Amino acid sequence: MSDSDIPGVTATLPETEARETEARPTVRRMTLNMGPQHPSTHGVLRLQVELDGENIVRCMPEIGYLHTGIEKEFEVKTYQQGVTLTDRIDYLAPLSNNLCYCLAVEKLLGLEIPPMAQWTRVMLTELTRLNSHLVWLGTHAIDIGAMSVFLYCFREREEILRIFEMYSGQRMMTSYFRIGGLALEPPRGWQQRIRKFIDVFPSRVDEYEDLLTNNRIWIGRTKGVGYISIEDMLDIGITGPMLRAGGVDWDIRKAQPYSSYEKFDFEVPTRKDNDVYARYLVRIEEMRQSARIIQQALEGMPSGRWTADAPHIVLPDREKMKTEMEALIYHFKIVTEGFRVPEGEVYQVVESPRGEVGYYVVSDGTPKPYRVHVRGPSFGNLQGVSRMVEGTLIADLIAAIGSMDFVLGDSDR
Amino acid sequence: MLANDLRAIHPEAILAEKLERNELTLEIGADWIVPACMFLKEQQKFTRLSTVTGVDRYPSEPRFELVYHLHSVERNERVRLKCRVSGEEPEIDSVTSVWGAANWYEREVFDLFGVRFRNHPELRRIMLPDDWEGHPLRKDCQVTGPRV
Repeated sequence: MSDSDIPGVTATLPETEARETEARPTVRRMTLNMGPQHPSTHGVLRLQVELDGENIVRCMPEIGYLHTGIEKEFEVKTYQQGVTLTDRIDYLAPLSNNLCYCLAVEKLLGLEIPPMAQWTRVMLTELTRLNSHLVWLGTHAIDIGAMSVFLYCFREREEILRIFEMYSGQRMMTSYFRIGGLALEPPRGWQQRIRKFIDVFPSRVDEYEDLLTNNRIWIGRTKGVGYISIEDMLDIGITGPMLRAGGVDWDIRKAQPYSSYEKFDFEVPTRKDNDVYARYLVRIEEMRQSARIIQQALEGMPSGRWTADAPHIVLPDREKMKTEMEALIYHFKIVTEGFRVPEGEVYQVVESPRGEVGYYVVSDGTPKPYRVHVRGPSFGNLQGVSRMVEGTLIADLIAAIGSMDFVLGDSDR
Repeated sequence: MLANDLRAIHPEAILAEKLERNELTLEIGADWIVPACMFLKEQQKFTRLSTVTGVDRYPSEPRFELVYHLHSVERNERVRLKCRVSGEEPEIDSVTSVWGAANWYEREVFDLFGVRFRNHPELRRIMLPDDWEGHPLRKDCQVTGPRV
């Protein structure tokens, strides 16, 4: 039944109005400000969206609301103090950032890290990946309308945070990796705690999949949504699970292994479809693979020291400091002045849950870095928002940006 | 090897090269940055621009170092390009025509160091408010002490 069949409704517009719309077709465009405060941007991101009806004509991301000058602050802190800043860049993956910074400075120092510390680093970084992916899955599902997944994800996340607390005394800003090894000896009983978690975790991933993978609403909201071509992704700097969901088999853990990742047996999941659903499948599979890595680390954990044999860099044991003159002097020097790092520059990359994290550290031979630049994966990923959503529907915008999994602290620094 | 290939096409582009801690750095003349990047992307498969940043060598001249980190997924290699520009009216050509990713990175360098990029599609501040004065990552920008 058309409009003209209803009594009293005329299907044609008044003559003048009709002529006006024809002459100026762009007059109906609307600019919508999404953010800076919007629940689905998970932070302070502003998207200026230009709409033609329900179609997105233009989308301009505006960032910088969370800029805290971290790169400048590195320059007035000693190298070891800088570790605490790296936590605060990405609140969902503090240990990945800790690791990248420590590896960069250790490369400058030419420091050899004992196997036990390296394996613990791998294990905890993978737990961080689980933590980050769980928060992503829960919040992404809530954005799209699946409420209950959030509660399931946070149940496991809580246990991961408790493990972090057991290790470092902190749930989120752990600063557990230090230049030269680990901050503390792994706590007593860590094996049982992690075993208990990792034994049930794969079945918990099955639970999330039961809720979503074959869910018709989930598939309807995510399949074929948020497409961006591989060429565009490489050109604009998108990395991590998003790139792998397009079929690019590139994971830094495999391509340029660090912290003895080469000793672990795991697969890099890829998909071809390049949409929100494929990104979901990739991250789910990554969680299973991370669980495998943690399992291997648990079973094969080497014994030995958790810090490098470098008394001029690593603080001495409390007992030694009180009984040995040498240790006391080193302790005094490290605490008051910090250690000197040879002149030079390095660019270290690691695979964080979001993609390629890079730390470019320049040293001028003093105890403080001359310059530290952080390449946050969210910064690169966010730049691709416009290319991904332009030409699609406004209703798909939330699903599309949710699938990017960005953290604004990471992009604004 | 990479340097020699580049030299064969643009003989004057490379000022210096060094391999330190397994990381290759090519120092490029500031006027040659776009052709050099174009060559590395088109001929040498450096399809990704990982990051662009700056280093302030104040008070020495030329003051600013612009650092480009390139990555090739196919070759599994990385290379660092460096250009130096003077402290007075620092300017360099934008590489946005080579990689789209350069857009935001160059805006960030412009915002925090005050280096201008010629032919950049929208050169404006990205991190700081538009009415901010100064460029915080410059070495003569103080961090502590009373506000002047």
